[in-house]
Amino acid sequence: MTTWYTSEHEWITVDGAIGTVGITKYAAEKLGDVVFVDLPAIGRHVAKDGDMAVVESVKAASDVYAPASGDVDAVNKTLEAAPDTVNQDPEGEGWFVKLKLSNPDELSSLMDKVAYDKFCEGL
Amino acid sequence: MAEAATGPLKKTPLHALHLRLSARMGEFASYDMPIQYPDGVMAEHNWTRSHCGVFDVSHMGPCFLVLNESVAVGGPAHAEVAKIVETLVPSDIAGLPAGKIQLSVLLNEHGGILDDLMIGRPDWPSRQGLLYIVVNAGTKEQDFALIAQAAGKQAELRRADDRALIAVQGPEAEAVLEAIVPGVARLTFMTFTRIDTETFGQLVVARCGYTGEDGFEVLVPPGAANAFAEKLLSDPRAKPIGLGARDSLRLEAGMCLYGHDIDQTKTPIEASLAWMVSKARRERADFPGASRILAQINDGAEIKRVGVKPLGRAPAREGVEIQNATGETIGLVTSGGFGPTMNAPVAQGYVAKAFSKPGTPLKLIVRGKALDAEVAALPFVPNRYKR
Repeated sequence: MTTWYTSEHEWITVDGAIGTVGITKYAAEKLGDVVFVDLPAIGRHVAKDGDMAVVESVKAASDVYAPASGDVDAVNKTLEAAPDTVNQDPEGEGWFVKLKLSNPDELSSLMDKVAYDKFCEGL
Repeated sequence: MAEAATGPLKKTPLHALHLRLSARMGEFASYDMPIQYPDGVMAEHNWTRSHCGVFDVSHMGPCFLVLNESVAVGGPAHAEVAKIVETLVPSDIAGLPAGKIQLSVLLNEHGGILDDLMIGRPDWPSRQGLLYIVVNAGTKEQDFALIAQAAGKQAELRRADDRALIAVQGPEAEAVLEAIVPGVARLTFMTFTRIDTETFGQLVVARCGYTGEDGFEVLVPPGAANAFAEKLLSDPRAKPIGLGARDSLRLEAGMCLYGHDIDQTKTPIEASLAWMVSKARRERADFPGASRILAQINDGAEIKRVGVKPLGRAPAREGVEIQNATGETIGLVTSGGFGPTMNAPVAQGYVAKAFSKPGTPLKLIVRGKALDAEVAALPFVPNRYKR
């Protein structure tokens, strides 16, 4: 399993044809307390870099984009009752969506952990 | 996103303190202000309602309107200075008791709201003919110009926005402030006084605020601002609170944010602020936009500001369309977010008169979906003022 990162601070962990997507620790930290996550419907097709979800803090709503194209296979139901899971464990239990990837080649344009950490340092 | 301010942002006297406290800064009304501190908005909000929150609101527009003694016509000084302000507001300022401060609105010729502001009459007898006025940060330049123009040669508008304005709010605010400035405990809600202190100089202390909690707003000389803030924060019951929590607190308290819940397109009647139009002023009809406002008082306004309570977990923010149960557009959300004390989303907006009763079912169009909501009475969280 490998995890890739986007410049919009999403992560995607790929296991076979399924990619699990969430927001990074960096993004969760910047966002502050998450109060609501608007997740897509199962079966919806999302395009790479297109809208996939919305995460709301006390102050504002932020768009979460799909790191790669695919169909929504599952969403994290825990986030409905416990949106703060995103703050507790953004890169683990706080995952948003599982995608059935339609074009795994897209992953080659994403950053690995080393590149992403360097990217964040430069911000 | 707000337009980028032209030129460098203005700084309050406490700016360096915010940086030392690791505040996340952001622009508000051309000032570089603390939006939150490391604990975050939710923790700051909750702390204020259970302990004591300390807010830097020095970006706002405190001022003194001082009667020019040499042109006084010989009547009571307060009546003369009140008359000047009454040309701009619908409230009975002449009838304001000594030591009282009240919320009012500056009106344009159509009865639309130019700003909401606090107006106070000093309780010190030697200082009658003076009014303590606090206007909002975003409109203070226009407001000061408007008041100065109304004053003409009769009175002088003395800006005090070089001083620090520090809000101390919450159930422990009185204990925290009294320990530093003895005497504040005797003030009741919506009264104010001037206190001369050895350490901090001359303070103006008003028992009011923007949170719905008991608390004070203290005007502090700029040179003493840091020492005063640090003394407050040395009390373990007090924590610094940013503008993020300031907004969630006032939203739960049902208070308006100028430029969002009230603006020039709204009259005080539409804004559910009819109480600001004093009985005496209604009878005289001697304020800007009087005919329109009096007609609305008689017939009811077409639209009303109300609390909007989403019934699900998704917040509805400014700009969200409000529909009735049958899908017709009946209003708009003017501010909204998440209320940590309610542990639920809360909002304010305007709806057509027929749909303004608490409990009326509504639909909120958020990201293309119609979410269930209802009209709620304000405030969402009961006020805890010390009357």
